[in-house]
Amino acid sequence: MNINQNPIILNVDNLHASIQDTEILKGINLTVRSGEIHAIMGLNGSGKSTFAKVLAGHPDYHVTQGSIQYEQQDLLELSAEERAQAGVFLAFQYPIEIPGVANSQFLRLAYNTVQAKRGKEELDPLEFDDFVREKMKLLEMKPDFLDRSVNEGFSGGEKKRNEILQMALLEPKLGILDETDSGLDIDALKIVAKGVNHLHNTGNAIILITHYQRLLDHIVPDFVHVMEAGRIIKTGGKELALELETHGYDWIHNDQKRAAGAST
Amino acid sequence: MSETMANDYLDCLLNALPADSWNSGAQDRLDWLRRLRNEAIDQAGRLRFPTVKDEEWRFTDVSPLAKLPYKPAQKTSALRLSDIQPFCIAESAHRLVFVDGFFSPDLSRLSKDNQFIIGNLAAPTLTKTPLAEAHLGQHVQFRDNFFAALNTAFLQDGALIVLPENCAVSAPIHLLFIATQEQTTQYPRCLLIGERNSQATVIEDYVALGANAYITNSVAEFSLADNAQINHIRVQRESGSAFHLASSAVALEQDSQYRSVSITLGALISRFNLDVEFNAQAAECTIDGLAMIAGRQLADTHTRIDHAKPHCTSHQQHKCIVDDSSHAVFNGKIIVRPHAQRTNSSQSSRNLLLSGKAQIDTKPQLEIFADDVKCAHGATVGQLDNEEIFYLKSRGLNELIARNLLTYAFGAEVLDRIPVPSLKHTLEQAILNKTTQNS
Repeated sequence: MNINQNPIILNVDNLHASIQDTEILKGINLTVRSGEIHAIMGLNGSGKSTFAKVLAGHPDYHVTQGSIQYEQQDLLELSAEERAQAGVFLAFQYPIEIPGVANSQFLRLAYNTVQAKRGKEELDPLEFDDFVREKMKLLEMKPDFLDRSVNEGFSGGEKKRNEILQMALLEPKLGILDETDSGLDIDALKIVAKGVNHLHNTGNAIILITHYQRLLDHIVPDFVHVMEAGRIIKTGGKELALELETHGYDWIHNDQKRAAGAST
Repeated sequence: MSETMANDYLDCLLNALPADSWNSGAQDRLDWLRRLRNEAIDQAGRLRFPTVKDEEWRFTDVSPLAKLPYKPAQKTSALRLSDIQPFCIAESAHRLVFVDGFFSPDLSRLSKDNQFIIGNLAAPTLTKTPLAEAHLGQHVQFRDNFFAALNTAFLQDGALIVLPENCAVSAPIHLLFIATQEQTTQYPRCLLIGERNSQATVIEDYVALGANAYITNSVAEFSLADNAQINHIRVQRESGSAFHLASSAVALEQDSQYRSVSITLGALISRFNLDVEFNAQAAECTIDGLAMIAGRQLADTHTRIDHAKPHCTSHQQHKCIVDDSSHAVFNGKIIVRPHAQRTNSSQSSRNLLLSGKAQIDTKPQLEIFADDVKCAHGATVGQLDNEEIFYLKSRGLNELIARNLLTYAFGAEVLDRIPVPSLKHTLEQAILNKTTQNS
């Protein structure tokens, strides 16, 4: 674990969130500073994806308690599009297909909307074409990607690469990758990881949500958090992921029991 | 409405008819036409004005029309080319323009050395062709279609296209029907005769200058001989106060292929009947439709595909997008006759509700009397998906743009089938603008 005194990008305090009166998140605390990579691991149903959606502003989830500070703003006051414009990016576990809308059209619309909101220059189709093709090289994407409808008929790997391409275009301060590794073969995983590593710098932060240690071989986290039943129950460095891989999630319970036993 | 009232309606229309509106100099040559019109008048008199008690009109109340016996439109001063410029299609080398049902030679564009016949039906040289006599009124079922009977009874003029054997017309043929008058009825008519191995793309386009209330009562008949291949794009962009009642009838001979895309955007009340008849083996049709309406519009599409012969294929995709208090109706009947073995037929009706007050009635209707057939059909009604909207918002797009983009995407699949790029682009823009206005 490295000691980082960079500015805090995200501060989550005692976050509780529900969907249709069912509480999913039950008091999450998390601080993310710029330059950091955090991995959140946990079993299915532990609340990892819900946490990602709450950060991105999904309207179905209601925050019932706690707060989220993002870059000195109350994130919960912002709509999903305002969060995106402010630099929060969620790479979806299941990206949506939009038949009939060309990927190039969609990417440029998103890019220019966000650029305009940030007071930066918008690009016309020709300029954008050059710009996006440069970014696509990073992810080893074929040029015909641009002409196809958004995610329609894309393989799992292509969809995930398209998500990272969007991240590359929108240049977020906080990138949240929701199980970006699921369904990827090892080659695609390496390409995606290379892209993420390339985009990561001291001015931004990344939260990786994953089941598996595999991704963390390629994107090395500064912190690993384990979620269970809507809470972060253990935090450690990158070695925690390895221990989980070796011992399984039950190991944490035993570990906690031992810790509890030792303190009495 | 009682039968007496229907007859009153007809009488009222008949009394308004000019003494002889059809090409008076050639009366003696037009016995067949007079017979056809008289038969249609008899049929119209025998049929009732449709009401919601008729199964075929259950969801579409045309009773407001019965109170509006709009007189046939009269010929008015000519429009200038600049008036119709917004409707012109770049790719189209051949254009027939009808203003309020009357042919306008000045606005039309016909290349001289045509390999095929194109012109207005009332032109003396064309009414004489035995082909016109053999086909006009022979495909549309006006014996049980009140409005098609009225159209035939009041037939003044129309578009005639005859494609001789082996003739392939590469540039699209644009048939532009412009409504300019208020409280009148125009009776446009189209007849296309495609002989063996002929090919063409025809755009049947209904537009308006201004926001007048008027009635368009149109009939189109398409006859495809062996191995003829016709693309038919039908665009209904009438004024928002108009009534549009239309019938298309398509007759297919062996190995012929008919592909149509029908786009419905305009009119307060519209009804479109499309009948496709397989008269011989191994013919194919693809009929796609998109209706996008809002406000208090009603758009009704009734299609009927008759697999009367074996080994024919039909594919149909119909989509409706309804906003505000609008109401879309789709009735898709597919008949597979007892001997029509190896029929392959698919039908899909997909509908998007953009408002809680909008209404969709969709009814796939399969009547299958043969046993060795492949028939698939499905109907869905849904709203915009919240996950999809969230996805777009998470990329920085606002709610309005996200909804518009998804609405557009829903319709784009049908627009993509239009093989004329500039028209496709115009309609894409019309749909994007429409979504923006409605929101």
